[in-house]
Amino acid sequence: MAIMRYAEALNAALREEMGRDPRVFMFGEDIGRYGGVFKVSRGLMDEFGEGRIRDTPISEQALTAMAVSAAMTGTRPILEIMYADFVPLCMDALVNQASVFGYLWEGQIEIPFVLRTQGGGGVGTGAQHAKSLDVFLAHIPGIKVVAPVTPADAKGMLKAAIRDPQPVIFLEHKLLYNTRGEVANEEDVLVPLGKARVAISGTDISIFASSKMVVEAEAAAKLLAKDGIGAEVIDLRTLRPLDLSAIKASIAKTHHAVVVNEGWNFCGYVSELSATIMDHCFDDLDAPVSRVAMPDMPIPYSEPLEAAVIPNASRIAEAARRTLA
Amino acid sequence: MQNAPSIEEQMEIHRRMILTRRLEEILGGLAKDGKTRGPLHRCDGQEAVGVAGCMALRANDYVCTTHRGHHVYVGKGMDPRRIVAEIMGRETGYCRGRGGHMLLGDASTGMIGGNAIVGAGIPAAAGMALSIQVMKEDRVAMAVFGDGAAQTGIAHEAMNMAGLWKLPVIFLLENNQYGLTVRQEVQSPVEDLFIRAAGYGMPGLKVDGNDVVAVYQAVAEAAARARRNDGPTLIEAKTYRMQGFSTSDMGGYQSEAEMAPWRDRDPIRLSAETLSKSIGSEAVAEIAEAAEVEIQAAFALALADPFPVFEFHRPSGAYTEV
Ligand SMILES: Cc1ncc(C[n+]2csc(CCOP(=O)(O)OP(=O)(O)O)c2C)c(N)n1
Ligand SMILES: [Mg+2]
Repeated sequence: MAIMRYAEALNAALREEMGRDPRVFMFGEDIGRYGGVFKVSRGLMDEFGEGRIRDTPISEQALTAMAVSAAMTGTRPILEIMYADFVPLCMDALVNQASVFGYLWEGQIEIPFVLRTQGGGGVGTGAQHAKSLDVFLAHIPGIKVVAPVTPADAKGMLKAAIRDPQPVIFLEHKLLYNTRGEVANEEDVLVPLGKARVAISGTDISIFASSKMVVEAEAAAKLLAKDGIGAEVIDLRTLRPLDLSAIKASIAKTHHAVVVNEGWNFCGYVSELSATIMDHCFDDLDAPVSRVAMPDMPIPYSEPLEAAVIPNASRIAEAARRTLA
Repeated sequence: MQNAPSIEEQMEIHRRMILTRRLEEILGGLAKDGKTRGPLHRCDGQEAVGVAGCMALRANDYVCTTHRGHHVYVGKGMDPRRIVAEIMGRETGYCRGRGGHMLLGDASTGMIGGNAIVGAGIPAAAGMALSIQVMKEDRVAMAVFGDGAAQTGIAHEAMNMAGLWKLPVIFLLENNQYGLTVRQEVQSPVEDLFIRAAGYGMPGLKVDGNDVVAVYQAVAEAAARARRNDGPTLIEAKTYRMQGFSTSDMGGYQSEAEMAPWRDRDPIRLSAETLSKSIGSEAVAEIAEAAEVEIQAAFALALADPFPVFEFHRPSGAYTEV
């Protein structure tokens, strides 16, 4: 084990997987010489050369479509999209190409590519550089979507994503890159996709979150503990396919649920979580599910305005108290 | 010279370029002291493109710019105090603190607006030109965009339609040699991007982007053409980005050897030299002094302005309840 930053854990995963499989290559804007604007690919161009680590023009739509078809024909592309806010430019390739052909041509082709991107707000990047569009991606059949919060999961899940036969969207958060944690050094430690993790166990209420919202949920659990409330924090880790057994097990224990996502509320990822819990855990619930999400409006720039919209620990704790009241 | 700026216009271009440069320098200082939020994209060295380009338009013409648009904001005649207030997140800013430095909009000067989705301003200007054509108005629209933006798919789609329908639009490509951190040759197999105009049936030309007179003339000629219903023009202004990509840029990829010749060709210095010949160096110095007073006042006022109070944006809401 070693202590690593989240960005370093991703870098290690990329280096190891590129070293073990010559079919893996990476492309994206400013990822080569500069090492990526969040430094995730630092040093990789020197190690693997300009053929396998490619700086690209600003061409998200074509890049994503090319990742899909390159994956169909024998490579394992990793595409970095600098901000999740640019994912709408990638949508046709995901919705009308990757999703569709994975089904229609099943048995003839596989589409093993990874699209890495990062979202989230809190640092004044404004309405076009701070969104969480998880739900846009998790809505698409045939595509996996993961959003790990710890450096260990970042590494283990990126490795699993690169080896996965399906398209995987790998969601990072700009405020997680510098967070530290223990990470396995061994090359064969993979964290399976599709499995949630109990971040904090508790018996009174379940809080379901992913990515940076897990950090906020953990802080909320500390606030609630002061009032004698034992909150269980479930780190979903994978948004699609969703780990239903983990959700059921937690609610069977706590009978209350708060669902959290940094994206918008209406038709949001929180809506899906809430509906899934209603569908599968209704008999175990003692109160309606509470949603904590971004208000349904663009993200403002000015500090007091941005702070008012981003979901945080106190809003999560408040929702938990309301649910238990 | 056809379509050349008058002496008065050249003086005003000079003044606005100094305002822009000092805006960038003071913001840079505030950013170093941790007093700004988010990245700032400075346009030092590129002032001639945005300022002279906008000065060649009329007040009611539209302009769209990018994440690096301070010269366009000032060039189109926006108030520096309210620009600074927006960048500092204040209620008195052009978007009441909602937008920040990349997303300013001011419908009163036709500057709609800054845009941080690379390439988005190109079809935006084409759409404004479409509106002008449909409404038979005496106006033009201009997109100021980068060499990086020129590589987007949407640039091709928008320019094709602009050529096809002879839209009254000017594509002012501000080639500062870099995308974010990568040089233009990593993004395009050809050095001159204006040659693409041929594929859209519009004139394409290259100008010295550090020469205010050259930029002004090219845009004025393109605007006249658009007003005659002769369609769009692609102008590539060659310039250079002196201060890196943004204040959060770690740098290291622009060498001193590469930058030095451009420093010698500073657009403000060149403009001062040209102007001195006609109005004398004292009058040129007075322009700079007055601009300094104005920019200092803009910062002093804006920094004393209040922050906005959060309100939910009702039109964005997802429910009605009667
Ligand atoms: C669609 C999209 N892709 C990527 C980015 C990230 N990005 C912001 S500016 C930039 C480089 C733009 O280069 P250019 O158009 O030449 O403008 P310059 O910064 O040189 O003024 C990139 C890649 C973005 N904002 N939007
Ligand atoms: Mg550029």
